[in-house]
Amino acid sequence: MKTIRASIIGFGAVGRGVAKVLLDKRDYLRSIGIDLKVIAIADSRTAVVDSQGVDLASALSRKKETGAVGSDTISGTEIIRTVDHELVIETTPTNIETGGVGLVNMMAAFERGMDVVTSNKGPLALKYGEVMAAAKSSGSHCRFEATVGGAMPVINLACDVLAGNRMISMEGIFNGTCNYILSRMMEEQAPYEQMLAEAQELGIAEKDPSYDVEGIDTASKLVIVANSIFGMNVSYKDVTVTGITRITPEALSLANADGFAIKLIGEVNDSNINVAPKLVPLSHPLAVGGTLNVFSVQTDLAGPITITGRGAGSIETASAILSDIIGIYRN
Amino acid sequence: MRVSMDLELKDIPGQLVLALKPVSEFKGNLISVVHHHEKKTPRGKIPVHLVFEIKSDHLDNIISLLEESGISVVSVDEKRYLEHGAVILIGHIVHTDIKDTIDKIDNTGYAEVVDLNLAMPRINRPSSASLKIDAVSKQHMSAAIELLKSIAKEKDLLVIEPICVN
Repeated sequence: MKTIRASIIGFGAVGRGVAKVLLDKRDYLRSIGIDLKVIAIADSRTAVVDSQGVDLASALSRKKETGAVGSDTISGTEIIRTVDHELVIETTPTNIETGGVGLVNMMAAFERGMDVVTSNKGPLALKYGEVMAAAKSSGSHCRFEATVGGAMPVINLACDVLAGNRMISMEGIFNGTCNYILSRMMEEQAPYEQMLAEAQELGIAEKDPSYDVEGIDTASKLVIVANSIFGMNVSYKDVTVTGITRITPEALSLANADGFAIKLIGEVNDSNINVAPKLVPLSHPLAVGGTLNVFSVQTDLAGPITITGRGAGSIETASAILSDIIGIYRN
Repeated sequence: MRVSMDLELKDIPGQLVLALKPVSEFKGNLISVVHHHEKKTPRGKIPVHLVFEIKSDHLDNIISLLEESGISVVSVDEKRYLEHGAVILIGHIVHTDIKDTIDKIDNTGYAEVVDLNLAMPRINRPSSASLKIDAVSKQHMSAAIELLKSIAKEKDLLVIEPICVN
């Protein structure tokens, strides 16, 4: 049995999902030889640290009742710098302008030779090369399946399962919020503003939806895919981005009459990295509805591979984080 | 559009140049010329097969010029649009001169707007249109869509193009 001491930095929806999944899967993890002990959890204001192992169930209920995970005021970054452990589970919110605290945390972890599993797109979309170089020079693992497509295996599918294939191009839907709004606009023949309001009411869209609807979220994910799967060295600024805010219900009907749906498609190929609304034939595998995500990759040996799944959600994203953790420590 | 044409030339010098002149005069783009000197017809004429791209309203002029020069036009096949495409446009499509948008595609000689459906919900609201474009080949279709995108950029229209279907 290998004991892995881990911290969860960031205790929003994803961080809490990770705590729940680690509780649920404790026995399973032990059965494959991994004893994962969470020794610290930090949210944006407070923290709990216990070298004997934090009680995850009471941390979850404390967060639910009081809004704070603990009573310590030590920051997540300080935990990484001062508390001995092997794995940082980095689930702070994405900041696409600067990389935010997530970037600071990841670099701090690599300085101490710790492994990082993250759901935070910012650091990788902005400074993929730097982050991976820092991980390599300290011998750390850095896994980030949760940054792209939530529960859908994208990075690990391409890099592990399809190993040996050359990736020719890929396209997909990587933002459930946009997919929901476009699907509902078509169903209800309703304008964008109305279906955005519905999505906000249901908690599918944020109060400030620009990150999703302007295509920024999709663009960040494409950068991660381009760098990690296609071996490019690009940043967010290299992506041409068009969002969905100008789409009209009339355009959706006209497209539908010709046998097409309109979807916000992200694509990566030799010549460009592009996010834009595109016409997708209704019978095409990419024409998935609701909040679903879909990813299709063209490979030289296996041909086209398409997978679809839930692109967001606390437990779904935690599923990707768990698979990364197992990927690092199983062998 | 792309035109494929079978001609018969007299077996005297200068005839091939004479046959190509009208095409060049109307700014046609020659794709291929096959001169079957070895396959003389029973009347002693030489068959020539031409393929060229031309704006559709110039085709009749070319045929009359050829006939005036004594060249027999045996057959004309203008159904050479192999690619059919569709795009959606959103924005102030009519007020940014829809005729100009369509003309620029039609004037390429390799692609044409063959259908247009327009939805105009209310004054001051953006319109939406579906455009069907025919082009002579996949490459020409991409070129036509790139051209449309550059026109749309000037006119602040959003172009929604199809995904590449593999």
